[in-house]
Amino acid sequence: MAAPESSAAAVPTLYTNNALRNAFGGVLAFFILLLIGVMAFSIRLFSVIKYESVIHEFDPYFNYRVTQFLAKNGIYEFWNWFDDRTWYPLGRVIGGTVYPGLTLTAGTIWWLLNSLNIPLSVETVCVFTAPIFSAFASWATYLLTKEVKGTGAGLTAAALLAMVPSYISRSVAGSYDNEAVAIFALIFTFYLYIKTLNTGSLFYATLNSIAYFYMVCSWGGYTFIINLIPMHVLLCIVTGRFSSRLYIAYAPLVVLGTLLAALVPVVGFNAVMTSEHFASFLVFIILHVVAFVYYIKGILTPKMFKVAVTLVVSVGLAVCCAVIAVLVALVASSPTKGWSGRSLSLLDPTYASKYIPIIASVSEHQPPTWPSYFMDINVLAFLVPAGIIACFSPLSDASSFVVLYIATSVYFSGVMVRLMLVFAPAACITSGIALSQAFDVFTRSIKFQLPGIASNTEVDAAETSSSTAEAQNDVVKAEKSEETSKNRPSKKSKKKEKEEKPLTKAKAEKKRLLALPLDSSVISLLLLILLGALYVVHCVWAAAEAYSAPSIVLTSRSHDGLHVFDDFREAYAWLRHNTDVDDKVASWWDYGYQTTAMANRTVIVDNNTWNNTHIATVGTAMSSPEKAAWEIFHSLDVKYVLVVFGGLVGYPSDDINKFLWMVRIGGGVFPHIKEPDYLRDGQYRIDSQATPTMLNCLMYKLSYYRFVETDGKAFDRVRQTEIGKKYFKLTHFEEVFTTHHWMVRIYKLKPPKNRIRGKTKKSKSKTSTTSSRAKRSGTGKKNPWN
Amino acid sequence: MKQPRPMKTFVLQEQGPIELTHATISYFFPKVEASVKTHSSTPMEAPIRATEFLRFTLLSLLFFVCRSSPSHDLLISNAERRIDLTSHIVKVYLTLKVENAGSTPTSEILLAFPPTQVDHLATVEALVTKGKRKKTTLARLDVTPTELPDAPNGTKYFTIYLTNPLNSGESTTLEVLYLFTHSLEPFPAEIGQSESQLVYYRDSALILSPYHIKQQTTFLKTPSTKVESFTRVEPTNRAGTEMKYGPYEDRHPYTFSPILIHFENNSPFPVVEELVREVEISHWGNLQVTEQYTLVHGGARHKGVFSRVDYQSRPNMNGVSSLRYLLARLPPRVHSVYYRDEIGNISSSHLRTDSRKSELEIEPRYPLFGGWKATFVIGYGLPLQDFLFESSDDRRYLNFTFGCPLLDTVVDKLTVKVVLPEGSKDPSAVVPFTVEQHLETKYSYLDVVGRTVVVMEKKNLVPVHNSHFQVYYTFKPIFMLAEPLMLASAFFLFFVACVAYLHIDLSIRK
Repeated sequence: MAAPESSAAAVPTLYTNNALRNAFGGVLAFFILLLIGVMAFSIRLFSVIKYESVIHEFDPYFNYRVTQFLAKNGIYEFWNWFDDRTWYPLGRVIGGTVYPGLTLTAGTIWWLLNSLNIPLSVETVCVFTAPIFSAFASWATYLLTKEVKGTGAGLTAAALLAMVPSYISRSVAGSYDNEAVAIFALIFTFYLYIKTLNTGSLFYATLNSIAYFYMVCSWGGYTFIINLIPMHVLLCIVTGRFSSRLYIAYAPLVVLGTLLAALVPVVGFNAVMTSEHFASFLVFIILHVVAFVYYIKGILTPKMFKVAVTLVVSVGLAVCCAVIAVLVALVASSPTKGWSGRSLSLLDPTYASKYIPIIASVSEHQPPTWPSYFMDINVLAFLVPAGIIACFSPLSDASSFVVLYIATSVYFSGVMVRLMLVFAPAACITSGIALSQAFDVFTRSIKFQLPGIASNTEVDAAETSSSTAEAQNDVVKAEKSEETSKNRPSKKSKKKEKEEKPLTKAKAEKKRLLALPLDSSVISLLLLILLGALYVVHCVWAAAEAYSAPSIVLTSRSHDGLHVFDDFREAYAWLRHNTDVDDKVASWWDYGYQTTAMANRTVIVDNNTWNNTHIATVGTAMSSPEKAAWEIFHSLDVKYVLVVFGGLVGYPSDDINKFLWMVRIGGGVFPHIKEPDYLRDGQYRIDSQATPTMLNCLMYKLSYYRFVETDGKAFDRVRQTEIGKKYFKLTHFEEVFTTHHWMVRIYKLKPPKNRIRGKTKKSKSKTSTTSSRAKRSGTGKKNPWN
Repeated sequence: MKQPRPMKTFVLQEQGPIELTHATISYFFPKVEASVKTHSSTPMEAPIRATEFLRFTLLSLLFFVCRSSPSHDLLISNAERRIDLTSHIVKVYLTLKVENAGSTPTSEILLAFPPTQVDHLATVEALVTKGKRKKTTLARLDVTPTELPDAPNGTKYFTIYLTNPLNSGESTTLEVLYLFTHSLEPFPAEIGQSESQLVYYRDSALILSPYHIKQQTTFLKTPSTKVESFTRVEPTNRAGTEMKYGPYEDRHPYTFSPILIHFENNSPFPVVEELVREVEISHWGNLQVTEQYTLVHGGARHKGVFSRVDYQSRPNMNGVSSLRYLLARLPPRVHSVYYRDEIGNISSSHLRTDSRKSELEIEPRYPLFGGWKATFVIGYGLPLQDFLFESSDDRRYLNFTFGCPLLDTVVDKLTVKVVLPEGSKDPSAVVPFTVEQHLETKYSYLDVVGRTVVVMEKKNLVPVHNSHFQVYYTFKPIFMLAEPLMLASAFFLFFVACVAYLHIDLSIRK
């Protein structure tokens, strides 16, 4: 950087120099931000490079299908879309039950590109939506952290967020899920809230409501915002930080935000009716009471004010008690206390496992383990405490918000693995603050120690951006009354700088005393860089190895090269081309979205687990003996049954491993299915010790049908055991397709027997079936059941 | 089996050639076959009964009433026909020795086909042998479909135009090749996984011709020695995989003698129901080809169970007629090949390239049994200089193959789209056979006026159609710069707008 020679001399030269410096820093920051965006985008492309440009996992397939529909039929059709391909025979109103933010975003991008004659397919747009929005999210982090602790911290936090593994896990290319855009919306809403809080501008308050609206459109996690911001407002009021800026930051958000949120069909009147939103209204009232009190306090003399207080408090308490009593009665009258199941399981972590097995059965709703923290946020876990301390020195409105944010999100991430995603940005922001402050301290001490630069204290103070930001905050506090009108962004900063000068000078004097020894600060700097390098290495590894697998195509490396397991798509393609368009396919709900999207066939249940009874019906069928299962499926008009079986190649997340959940969910509605019937001494097993109920249930039979003929022993590679019942035949189902590695097996329901001819021909048909069976399977004669 | 009996007796009466009138003949034997099908109660027994019955039934010779033909002064002194039934495309090689017995020279020779065969006829080619015994060369002749006003029973004709008119008394030898698709009818129509595929082939023991044939022989070649049944029209011999009908002497014009052969053909029947080939020309040096396939196995339909364990452990006995892989022959120097379908990449493909050709071996996601379908897309890039040339009149032309690059497949409907670069004019296509043509407009990356697309459609194609076609057009190279300039100016305007915004103070109060 160009160090000025006569910096202490004339004010104009100093001013121009600083302006140049600021401009240079601005351009540098811009390019760093650009590179951060590029990095955030490109680190998520490992999945495309290692696998292919394809939609991942389960839920993204549904979103992809909805986007296809939107691109094909337009927005109005989309709102009215009744999907008869799923939840047969109930169907599902997609337009009213889906968070439309993601699909609308991708649909808009697609439409925009197509109107510019860039013919990208819907799939391509969907695949790359998540990486694009992660770049946006890192920029939003920069803005948020800049508002809290200045540009340096902002850049560090943005860089950290761009590659935090927790976020990568949900936003790799192809992971086309709500979280992909929601995290951006979350951070951006917080940024606008802080911005409004710092400036008191109604413009930002309005933007904030719109950003909140976008968040509501995108993800159910918007309740986090609408609870966190009231908490912060309450905190500010309690700690005596009430100001008109706080009022402007909060009141428009509640009014406008709630109105806008109610526009989203899936939220609708929930925006005012459910307990999740209750806190925001309560705080809204409190805020107004407090504002009113401050107003009264301003116009009355202290003595009169005391009288007024006693009067109001006595009357007000009575009214409040009445209102609260009514509210409590209303809330208590509903069985879940007005909370949705997922929110309740957040507040009471044991709730789901007790009452809603369907929520508990999802792996991402389990509490995380300690290693998963290290895996997902890595070194940030150590930097977070330092960042929190940094937030307290000095504590501003903005930094208190960050502290509150991280405190709540740590709790939520401890309840559900999935909410690690909400925690990650908070961790990045605090770690960014911590890192930047540490760098700040060390570089400043080095500069003070070095003789050449030591004299130019003013320049130094002006250069370290974070200290100016702090100074800004101080100024804000000192001249609170006038500041709101004066404090405008960048263009008016010239004026402000002049006022700050004496202040910063004094500050620099103070900081000279805080300087650390040269060698220790150099070593600490190197250690910090090493820490950052470790983080980067870990993130790249996580992005490349851990989180890039699309899970519909699996690979394994063996001595003779890469082996691809593409069984899922093989089965779905088979269903798509070789079954009738209106055939119904039954499978466990995990595969519902994929079946509708990839095979284009009607399913009974899918990943949108809105009807527990329906899922329990399928669970019951899977855990019933063959005949009973056939009757259940036949009553549902099912033609094909699809099971996922990993026993041949050792794919662990197959249906046999999920089977206990089917029993539990099925048993929850149909009590004749009892979990202990499937367990031998409390243990789940499928070997010769397994219970007869287990060995006769449909899932067992469909999974292991003719499995013994593959190796002669029927050794299950997932369970690492030989199966209990090896030779059996199916009477009501027939195998119609099994994929190359046996991972997906599709069975067809045999048509019902003809009743009139059934009795007379019974003996005849029996002999004919056995003879044909013997003919079909060459090894039949050896089998004991023949 | 009650009903067919009287028919059998009826047929037995007609041992010798009997002249029949139009109405009674027409085409009765498919109907007979249909009635057999409906009466067979179990599929296992059906083929036996059917063949037994048909053996008697089809021993009939049917005469078409011969009316005055425009050139019946021609006669065929010797005809030899070889029918190759080894694959699902039936190849017929016909050698005709034509003699002009009339008084006037003629240069047109008619080939006659029954109407049912014409529907399946993919191509007809005729060659004439020239020169003396030692130095014989073959010359290709023009063949065009012809309508005759008095064709008996809807017989369709093709006319071969000789280069030199045949004077009276002279004779010439013609080699005719024609191919039939969809002419092997699987019977039984549905088979299980472990059964082998049996098919019917129908034809006439005698060559249908508007001319008098002095002597004729027909040879049929089946893929294996396993022949369930065949119609005997004495003299008929069968040795190994070959069957010989004839020689038959002195048959009148329009003599027809239906024969039916029921034999094993375990080769898969790959049929591309629809193929759309899009060839996009970029003057920046690339030719992008995208081919969308709808593939179906046209053989006997798969019935009942598909057992993977049987299929994997006994591949020789199970699913012998299933379609496991396909081979596509692509031009040399092919690059960026992809093979995918609507749900993503299909990983089971291999590309082998050498300097003369590239071979892409593709496996569908699952083995195709009879009646199973699959759709997929193959795309690849090619260097432009191999295919784009400048003609003498300053126009450019693309020289590319027309048909389907998959070997040994039948294409029911092919659409070839040639996307010319934006700004090209006066497109015209030259195709060696008749196709339907029209023009379309396509908008690709950043197009403003759109690209002209020459669309050519043809039905019923066989690998013989893989000949070259040309699309001529004019194009000014300046158009190549349009899109880069457009992008550059857009960015320029964006930056100008940014600069302008930064220098304007929009605040009301200073």
